[in-house]
Amino acid sequence: MNKILKGLLVLTLIASAMLTGCTKEEETIKIGALFAVTGGASFLGAPEAKTAEMVVENINAAGGINGKKIELIIKDTAANPEKAISFAKQLIEEDKVIAIIGPSTSGETMQIKDLCQSYGTPLLSCAAAEAIVDPVASYVFKTPQKDSYVAKWIFTTMNEMGITKIGIIGANTGFGNAGLGQLEKYAPDFGIEIAAKESYDKASTDLTAVLTKLNARDIEAIVNWSIVPAQSIVPKNMKQLGMEIPLFQSHGFGNIKYAEAAGAAAEGIIFPAGQLLVAEKLPDSHPQKKVLVAYKTAYEQKFNEPVSGFGGYAYDAVMLIAQALKNAKSMDRNGLRDALESISGFAGASGVFNMSATDHNGLNMSSCEMLTVKNGQFDLYK
Amino acid sequence: MKKYLPVMLLAGTVIIIQLLTLITGKGFLLTQLTMSTWYVIAALGLCMVMGYAGQISLGQAGFFAIGGYTTAVLSTIDFSARTGTSVFSFFDSLGLLLTRQTIYGDTVIYLSPWAALIAAILIAGLTAWGLGVPVLKLRGHYLGMATMGFGIIVNRIVVGTKIFGEADGISNVPPFKMFPGFEISGKVGFRVGNYYFAWLVVIIALILLINLINSRAGRALKALHGSEDAADAMGVNTARCKTAVFIIGAVLAAVAGFFMTHYNGGIGPSESSVIKSVRYVSIVAVGGMANIWGTLIMGMLLNFLSLRGVFGHFDDAVFGIILVLMMMFMPDGFIRKEVFYSIKTLFRGKK
Amino acid sequence: MALNQILQYIFSGITVGSIYAFVAIGYNIIYNSTGIINFAQGEFVMLGGMIAYTFSNFMPLLPAIIAAILITAAIGGLIENVFIRRMRKTSVLGMIVITIGLSILIREFALSIWDEQIRALRFFTGNEISSVNILGARISPQVLWVLGVTLVLTAGLYFFLKFTLTGQAMRACSENPTAAKLCGIRTDRMVSLSFMVSAGIGALGGCVVSPLTQTHYAMGSDLAIKGFTVAILGGLGNPMSAVAAGILLGLIEAFSISILPMAYKDVISIIILLIVLVARPSGLFGSRSASALKDY
Repeated sequence: MNKILKGLLVLTLIASAMLTGCTKEEETIKIGALFAVTGGASFLGAPEAKTAEMVVENINAAGGINGKKIELIIKDTAANPEKAISFAKQLIEEDKVIAIIGPSTSGETMQIKDLCQSYGTPLLSCAAAEAIVDPVASYVFKTPQKDSYVAKWIFTTMNEMGITKIGIIGANTGFGNAGLGQLEKYAPDFGIEIAAKESYDKASTDLTAVLTKLNARDIEAIVNWSIVPAQSIVPKNMKQLGMEIPLFQSHGFGNIKYAEAAGAAAEGIIFPAGQLLVAEKLPDSHPQKKVLVAYKTAYEQKFNEPVSGFGGYAYDAVMLIAQALKNAKSMDRNGLRDALESISGFAGASGVFNMSATDHNGLNMSSCEMLTVKNGQFDLYK
Repeated sequence: MKKYLPVMLLAGTVIIIQLLTLITGKGFLLTQLTMSTWYVIAALGLCMVMGYAGQISLGQAGFFAIGGYTTAVLSTIDFSARTGTSVFSFFDSLGLLLTRQTIYGDTVIYLSPWAALIAAILIAGLTAWGLGVPVLKLRGHYLGMATMGFGIIVNRIVVGTKIFGEADGISNVPPFKMFPGFEISGKVGFRVGNYYFAWLVVIIALILLINLINSRAGRALKALHGSEDAADAMGVNTARCKTAVFIIGAVLAAVAGFFMTHYNGGIGPSESSVIKSVRYVSIVAVGGMANIWGTLIMGMLLNFLSLRGVFGHFDDAVFGIILVLMMMFMPDGFIRKEVFYSIKTLFRGKK
Repeated sequence: MALNQILQYIFSGITVGSIYAFVAIGYNIIYNSTGIINFAQGEFVMLGGMIAYTFSNFMPLLPAIIAAILITAAIGGLIENVFIRRMRKTSVLGMIVITIGLSILIREFALSIWDEQIRALRFFTGNEISSVNILGARISPQVLWVLGVTLVLTAGLYFFLKFTLTGQAMRACSENPTAAKLCGIRTDRMVSLSFMVSAGIGALGGCVVSPLTQTHYAMGSDLAIKGFTVAILGGLGNPMSAVAAGILLGLIEAFSISILPMAYKDVISIIILLIVLVARPSGLFGSRSASALKDY
C-alpha cells in the first residue's frame, strides 16, 4: 500500500516539476521540423535534418529574416506516424512554431495533413506522394517533384528508345508503392505495357529470384522504384543474371552512395532526378545553377559526404519559408501561408517553384532531368 | 474495500495532474499523457501474461495493431458510394451508419466505430485463442520466438496489403462519437475529456485485474508462475488458465489500439513492429514483472518521455539499455519495496 | 518453367539459405554450451561486414576480413564476459530479454559509428558485372565464394567438434556441464569460446555476403529471425543440420516468389516456423527422443 502511495507521489512530483519549468519569450521565428533521422527512413531523414540545420545556420549568420533569427526545432520521428502526430501537436501548441517542415515519408505526412490544416499551421512536406497536395489543403505544401513527373519522364525516354513492354518493381515502402501506382496510371498514355509488377521487402538482400520471374516475361526494360539500399542490389543482380536490358530507377536513386555500392553494375542506369546531382555540369544560363552549386559545395564541405536529392527537399522547404516571410504581410502562420501560395519564379534545389492556390507543389516537368551513371559519376543522359 | 484504495489514490493523482496542467496553462501535455495511457493499457495486459502467468509474449504490439487496424479499416469505408447495396441496408437498419463532413467539405457515410469496437475485441480475442491454444504449450525460447513470429506476421501482412494502407498506414480515421457531447478524437475541445476517459478505462482494467489476481483463478496463476508442473499436479488446468490470461492480455491491447487509432486519427505499421513489442516487454520488466502498479507507473513515464521526444535519436537505445540493466542488476524490477526503503534511508539517514 | 529458370531459383535459394545458415550455426554453438538463444546473433553478421569494409579501405581484402573476424570474436567474448556470465542464474525469460536488449544496443552503436548509409565490400573475384554461366543459369562469382565458404566452414566445424580436444570439450559441456566439469573441463572457458566462435562465424558470413547483399546497420534483426527459423527447422543444438535447413528455407522462399507476391515471403517462413515449433519442436532432422530430454 505504502509503496503505491509513494510511487504515485513520485509521479506527481515529476509531473509538477515538468509543468513549472518556465519559458522565456524570445524574438525568434520558430520553425518545427519532423524528420526520420533514425529508423527505416533514415536515408531520407538524416540528410534532410543536416541540410535544414545548415541552411538555418547560414540564414542566421547573414542576419536572419527581417532582423529576426530562425530557431529550428528538429524532432526525430524514426518514421513512426504516432510520433509524428505527437510531435506535430507539440510543435504547434507548445512551441507555437510558425510552420512545420517534413515529415520525410508520405505515410507520416498523410497522418498529420488534416491535423496541420485544422490547426492552421503551414506544413511543407519533404515527401513525394501526390496525395499530399491532391486534394489541396490550404495549409499543406510539398517540395519534392511529383511522382507523376518522374513517371512521365521515364516513359518519355522509353518512347524515344522504342521500348514498349516493361516490368516494374519497387520496395514495399510508401515511396515505392506510390511510385508503382503512378507508373501503372500513366503507362497506357505512352503506349507502354506493364508485363509484371512486384514489390520486395525493404530489407531484401537478394533479388535474383524476383528478377528471374521478371526475366521470363520477355520485357524490354525494368523500372525499379525505391529509396532503400535494395536499389543497388537490383543492378548487381541483373548483371549477374546476364540481363542486358536497360534499368530505369526513380529519383530515389539520387544518392551517389547507391551508385558506389553497385559499382560497375551501376553504369548506364537511367533515372530522372532534380538538377542538384549534376549541378556543375549545367550550363551557366540555367536558373538554378548558382543556387545548386552553392548548396552542394556548402553541404559537401560541412558534412564531408556527397549531397543527395533528399537534402534538397529540406533545403527548399527552409528557403521557401525564408523567402515567403520576407514578402509576408504579417509574420504569422496565415501571413506565411498566403505568401507561400504566391511564390513564383523561386529557384530552389528541386526546381523553379511557382505556387498557386491550386498547385501547392509549384514545380513542373522541367524540374526533372534524365540522368545516368557514367564512370561512377552522375551525368546528364544524352 | 481496502484493495481498491490504491485505485482511488490513482484517481486522485489523475485529477491533480489535470488540475496542475490547467493552473499552469500547459493543457497540451494532456495529449501525450492520454497517448501514454493507451499504451499503458496494452502494457498492463502484457503484465498479466508475463508477470502473473509467467508466459513471455513478444507479440503484444500485434494485438494492439489488430485493434487499431480493425477500426481504421472499418470506419474509413465510405458507404456513400454503396447506397442501395444489401450491405448498406443491413448496417443502415441496425442504425450503424453515420455521416460526417471532411475538412474539404465532402460528406462521408461511415460505419459506427461501436461496430468496429466489437469487431476489434472479437478478432483479437479469437486470434489470441487460435494462437494461444497451440503456442502456449511451448516454453521459454520457443514461446518467445513463436509470439514474436506472430507479431512479425501481423506486421508483414499490414505492410504488404492494400486495404491496410501498406507502408503508409491508414489516415483520416473519423472521431468516435461515443455519446452526444463526447468523442474520442485529438481535437483540442475534447482533450480533457479524452484524458479522463483514457484513465477511466485504465481504472476499469485495474479493477478487473485486481479482482482476477485475488480470485481463485489468480491464485492458480500464481502457482503457474512458480512451477507449471506443480500447478498441473495440484489440479490447476494450466492450459486453460494460460490461454485465458493470454486472451485477456490480447483484448486489452486491442481495445487500447482501437481508442489510440481514433485519438490519433490514424495508424501506421510501426505500431505492429517487433521493436514496439519489445518496448512493452521492457516496460513490464522495469515495472517489476508481476507488478501492475510498477507497469502502470513506468509505462506512463517512459511512454510520456518518448512521445515528447525527450530521448531524441536514442529512443530505441533507451529501451535496450533498460532491458540490459534491469536484467543484470534488478531482475525484480525498479518499482518494488526495497527501492522505496533505500530511498527512505537516503532521506532519513541510517536507521 | 524452363530448366535454366528452375536452376536460377535454386541458386538464388542456396545463396540466401547459406546466409541464414551462418546465423543458425552461431545460434546452435551458443545454445549448445549455454542453453541460451542469443538474439544478438544477427548483429555479428552486420559487425563483420562493417568492420571489414572499414579496414578494406586501407588494407587488402584478406587481412581486412581476418581482422573483422578477430574483432567481432573479441566483441562476442566481451559480451559473454560482461553480460552473460553474471546472468547464469536468471530465468530463460531474463535471458531472452537481455539478448534482445543487447541486439538493440549493438545496432544503435553501429548507427552512431557507421551512420545510416549502406556499404559493400569489394567482390573477392571479378566485380559487380562478372557472371558465370552454369547450365544456362547465370550467377555471380561471389555466389560460388559463398557456397565454397559455407562448405569449408561446415566441414571445418565438423572436424573441430569431432576430432580436436577443444571441440570434444565443447560438446561434452553441451551434453552434460556438470560431468564435463568433473572431468576437468573448464566450462566457463568453453562458454566464452563458444561466444567467440559463433561471433567469428557470423562475422565471416557477413564478409562473404557483403558484396552481394551489402551491409547496413539495421540488417541484423531480420537475419536473426530467419536464422532462428533455420536453427529450429534443423533441430536446435545441431550445427550441421542447420546448413541443410538453411538451404531448404532459402529454396522455399525462392520458389514461393514464383507463385506469391514477394511481400508475403517472410509470412511463409514464419508460418513454417510456427508449424515446426508446435508440431515437431525437435526440428526436421533432430531426434525426437533426444529433444524430449532437453529443457527449452
